[in-house]
Amino acid sequence: MNRYLVRRLVALMPLVFLIAVIAFTLVRLTPGDPAAVVAGPDATPEEVARIRASMGLDDPLPLQFLRWAGQVFLRGNLGNSIVQGQPVLEMILQRAQPTLLLAMVGGFLSILMGIPLGVIAAVKHNSWLDRTLMSFAIVGLSIPNFWLGVLLVMALSIYFPLLPPSGFVSIQNGGISALRYLILPGIAIGASNAAFLARMVRSSMLDVLNQDYVRTARSKGLGERRVIYSHALRNAMIAPLTVIGLLIANLTSGTVIVEIVFNVPGAGRLLINSVARRDYPVMQGIILITALIYIFANLIVDLFYGVLDPRVRYE
Amino acid sequence: MNRQATLKSTAASPDAVNSSQARRKHRHWIWLLFQNRTAVVGALFVLVFFLIALAAPLISPRDPLKLDVRNSLEAPSVEFPLGSDQFGRDVASRVFYGARLSLGVGMSVGLFSIAIGLFLGMISGYYRRLDAVIMRVMDALMAFPSIIFAIVLMGILGPSVQNVIIALTIVFSPRVARVARSSVLVAREEMYIEAARAIGSSDSRILTRHIFPNIVSPLITQASYIFALAVLAEAALSFVGVGGNPQWPSWGNMLAEGQIVVRQAWWITIFPGLAIVLVVFGANLFGDGLRDALDPRLRGR
Repeated sequence: MNRYLVRRLVALMPLVFLIAVIAFTLVRLTPGDPAAVVAGPDATPEEVARIRASMGLDDPLPLQFLRWAGQVFLRGNLGNSIVQGQPVLEMILQRAQPTLLLAMVGGFLSILMGIPLGVIAAVKHNSWLDRTLMSFAIVGLSIPNFWLGVLLVMALSIYFPLLPPSGFVSIQNGGISALRYLILPGIAIGASNAAFLARMVRSSMLDVLNQDYVRTARSKGLGERRVIYSHALRNAMIAPLTVIGLLIANLTSGTVIVEIVFNVPGAGRLLINSVARRDYPVMQGIILITALIYIFANLIVDLFYGVLDPRVRYE
Repeated sequence: MNRQATLKSTAASPDAVNSSQARRKHRHWIWLLFQNRTAVVGALFVLVFFLIALAAPLISPRDPLKLDVRNSLEAPSVEFPLGSDQFGRDVASRVFYGARLSLGVGMSVGLFSIAIGLFLGMISGYYRRLDAVIMRVMDALMAFPSIIFAIVLMGILGPSVQNVIIALTIVFSPRVARVARSSVLVAREEMYIEAARAIGSSDSRILTRHIFPNIVSPLITQASYIFALAVLAEAALSFVGVGGNPQWPSWGNMLAEGQIVVRQAWWITIFPGLAIVLVVFGANLFGDGLRDALDPRLRGR
């Protein structure tokens, strides 16, 4: 298992390298001279040239990349914000809590809805219930999360004033009542992912229900409940597990947009503000971190396969 | 659904050697598509919005950009069929013109992603030496969460509709490349490819005349899903203010403006949102129906 982990980590290196190259290149493609920005509008050309040299911008690009990558991966230094001068990593971490909480609530709700509904649809295959659930799933995939967010505010904050229409309270300050601020955005983020999961679970459950071992379990007299929950479901969960990485990516993407709807001071708001102010290091830091989260989530999923499916061996 | 016909089509497909048989197969799945109620209903939804987009100048009651502050926030009425916004602009006209933007972006992103993804997927699946490099780059591009990547690309490219199309094409074409590559990997092992090679066909001939016809159908399914994703993504980008020109009506920026006055004017929030849902729903239904028509094993999944 340990050797497998090491081998997987080594195999990820080219991918991490390419992600870093893309993140580095993107910012290099931007118009404008970073040295001129640092020097300010009144600087003479000589001053700009001096600053450019001191920033290493005259060096060949591969050297600049290595220097940047060394700072990022060895020191965790993502550079400083052009606008605020603050370290990018610090800015992201300060705004990480709302984003992570929202993504977690969204993920929790999508699993809570998606898996049971997918199982029910598969067990009642081709019934009216199956067809209704699957129609809802396509609608769920088609509703923009931000519009769903506004509809939820209209229904549950304005028409029935039950939940706050916007804002965020941290767990440290609000305790359990902080949860009230997470419910509506959580549903908005979770809905499309629940639909996605339900379709996936249903399809994989239908495959499993046709397998020989399910027939064997039935013919040896096990109750239907036992067959479905302990034989079929466990095997049907392997396929949806492979998309957990994708699910996490969808949840992060969804959170960025939904944060804007609910005016949550999270990483999504930071990203949008940095785009408006052309604060490239911040944009670079955010996509680099989200991509790394995605590939490490996939790594962890790979490692967990064996728990669900003993046929998978870590060689 | 005609069960026998589907069985025959799957049995015939591996030896679709000459073009007349290939053509019959194509007629076959298009015919199956018309039999598929899901696909037809989905196509109708999308078609209605295409007609709205084309006819926008004819059917719009007012100029979608004209400010009319005296008539701001009017509820739906004969004068303003879908109401007016806080600047007195007609919501119906803006929804109609917004269809042009949404469907235009959806179509362009669909076409460009398919073209680029198809090219990369085909050379990657066929020339095994390039495979590892191209697919690693595709993996790396797909590691960036789609909307976040699109937002950052818009930050770098600057706000314009062309840039929305470029950004979303960069985001979605790796998916197509993956699908195209795996279809090529299946197709290239077929006997007819070996036969074509044995009679001395060039690589480019094999790719365009023999492999392409066999991978085109899964790509059309992908195209309808990417159309749906692109319409959603364009709306999301405009909603957060990093889309095209903010003056020009887009369903996304209408919803952003609508949210500000959501307590007074539900219509600005409801109608553009419904338009997005109906178009995307139609495209998703069409994609599902197409997938079922093409692959009978997946029927009803």
